[in-house]
Amino acid sequence: MWELIRANRRRSMVLVVVMLFILLLLGFILGGSLAPLFDGRYHDGYEYQAGDPIPGWHIDVAGGLIGMGFAFVLWAGQTFAAYFFGGKILLAVSHATPIRKEDHPQLWNVVEEMTIASRLPKMPAVYIMDDMGMNAFATGRDPEHAAVAVTAGLLGRLNRDELQGVIAHEIAHIKNRDVLFMTMVGIMVGTIVMISDVFLRTLWYGSLGRSRRYSSSKKDSGAGIIVILLVAIVVAILAPILARMIYFAISRRREYLADASAAVFTRYPEGLASALEAISKDTNRLRYANKVTAPMFIINPLHKEGKMALNLTSTHPPITERIKVLRSMAGGVSFAKYQEAWQKAQGRKAGHLPASALAEQEQPIRTAKKRDEQENEQTPRQRMREAGDLLRKVNEYVFLACVCGMRFKLPPDFKHDHVDCPRCRRNIEVPAAQMATAAAVGSMMSSDGDSQEDKNEFTRGAVMAGMLANRATPQRRQAQGIPTAKARQHQETQQAQTSQQASGQPFTVNLKPNERGWSTLKCPCGAVRNIGPSFQAKQTRCTRCGRHININFV
Amino acid sequence: MLPLIIILVIAAILFFWVIGIYNSLVRLRNAVQNAWSQIDVQLKRRHDLIPNLVETAKGYMKHERETLENITKARNLAQNAESVGEHSQAEGELNQALSNFYVVVENYPDLKANTNFLQIQEELTSTENRIGFARQAYNDEAMHFNNKIEMFPSNIVAGIFRFTRQEYFEIEAPAEREVPKVSFS
Repeated sequence: MWELIRANRRRSMVLVVVMLFILLLLGFILGGSLAPLFDGRYHDGYEYQAGDPIPGWHIDVAGGLIGMGFAFVLWAGQTFAAYFFGGKILLAVSHATPIRKEDHPQLWNVVEEMTIASRLPKMPAVYIMDDMGMNAFATGRDPEHAAVAVTAGLLGRLNRDELQGVIAHEIAHIKNRDVLFMTMVGIMVGTIVMISDVFLRTLWYGSLGRSRRYSSSKKDSGAGIIVILLVAIVVAILAPILARMIYFAISRRREYLADASAAVFTRYPEGLASALEAISKDTNRLRYANKVTAPMFIINPLHKEGKMALNLTSTHPPITERIKVLRSMAGGVSFAKYQEAWQKAQGRKAGHLPASALAEQEQPIRTAKKRDEQENEQTPRQRMREAGDLLRKVNEYVFLACVCGMRFKLPPDFKHDHVDCPRCRRNIEVPAAQMATAAAVGSMMSSDGDSQEDKNEFTRGAVMAGMLANRATPQRRQAQGIPTAKARQHQETQQAQTSQQASGQPFTVNLKPNERGWSTLKCPCGAVRNIGPSFQAKQTRCTRCGRHININFV
Repeated sequence: MLPLIIILVIAAILFFWVIGIYNSLVRLRNAVQNAWSQIDVQLKRRHDLIPNLVETAKGYMKHERETLENITKARNLAQNAESVGEHSQAEGELNQALSNFYVVVENYPDLKANTNFLQIQEELTSTENRIGFARQAYNDEAMHFNNKIEMFPSNIVAGIFRFTRQEYFEIEAPAEREVPKVSFS
């Protein structure tokens, strides 16, 4: 794979140099055409005189040089930033938070396993994105400074083998140094798009608007100037498009190669295939993906369901084809086998894989049967729950357990000192010290993380928790502060009796959650309640008539 | 004078070429050795996990003293094994003891629901995977090295400095060719 690593380094270098020229050109045109604006004559109350240069219609060489100077500084700055902080920037843009092993041992273990299988010198950092969509990406400048990020939705819906396939694909990007090039392009193309946008706006609102006022200036708008203007517009429009084209054309090849590598690392192509299938069926859109970060994900997050991605601008090969190729690798895994499967699927002789990879030996495929048995252990419901808890953990929620088995997850800005357990009505004290540290970290995060969504989530949690606490208040008043265990027990039996009297026999209902884990509970009194995937209790109480309801999940 | 210069230049080029090949051979050999030691690291990791497993299971499995003792015994044997043959035999016994254990676990639903046990289960599963992947990585490295010392022209340099082929990691029984089974279900 040496030629790949070298090619990626070379491409990154070429990119940096090309970027310098594009920026210098843009800087010259931008500086040159805007220079007259800084001229002393153009203050308020200025009257146009024949022969005066018009901003935007006249290229001033000195101004152009100054623009080039600015462009150079900008280029140096963005190259530096893209190389050293590119990964961090992209992770921040995607709202990814680093996790530790305790937060999700399985994810951590899978990343470590794949590090061993791919012989990376160092395990990449593991990040989680607070998003129910399913996707993953890798970033970093080299294997020593790399990171993989997965969404909570992905963790919640894939089993261990599928997760392994996805991680193997991402690790393959790191191993082949795709991450360096992709990160650099992401940052630099982003800057170019921004600059040409600024240029087009100034040209449009600044000079064209002005030139209408100076309509007498026929004399100044010679053929040469029009040519310059045309070139400027063409450059400003074409630069970002060209940059994207290069990017797109290359990244489809990368995806095939990463798929092939994932099959070789895991010796189990079916894992990645079924993961891709699950991801493509998922309907949740990724919240924080944009045009610049989209090509980095395992599946294009901006792509609409069912649309064939065969044109030049698609960053990812069609998912159905990727799955087909992976599934037709029977008997053994190797890069040559993948190529063969690919050619069969495409019906044409062409290759995406480098020669040295094709020369590698074929390896026996891992059998899947045993793993399936093992997977029965964890139901999708449990996995979803684990992923949700992981998100709360990284968002500094405080976890509390009630004696009856109910678990509370309190947001860091939870203000009350007691919570009422909705299942057994016990009054539980909130550990103040733990809350204080959580709140400190939480507010720090929200002040520099500053996403509105995050805050909304915090407040939503707080409102819900506040409701619980409010329900506790009348009881607490009755019991004069914190009730003793005996008083509470007494109260509980009394309550149970009254509710039994009020509503007769407890009622048992069988619920069948839909594929998203939700189900609807109907009480004989007519009250209807929707039960979410995180609801695990066997018994609840009707909110209207107070009747006990036993729940059997089917 | 000119022929002398030409000869010197050629000699210098040859000299640096040999150095280059020699260095890459050493690098590859070290990679093979490193991959080998990775397998040992993961095996040790498994040995370290087993006391935890036995300790957790003890509370639940009152009537399976023998099964648990077998695991501990096999683990101690594997830990103290010295020769390669002894080593692979002891690891095989440990695998056998573990799979007996997993069969018995079926009868203890409480143990299967224990969080601590589930954690150890995940760690063990992962360790088994790592052992498999480490072996896989070792074989890949060994193949790169063997290719290098057998292919022309690097085989000349390899012959001069006596680089020898590295053995592949093979498991004798075809049933054990796959990653050792950890099934709790």
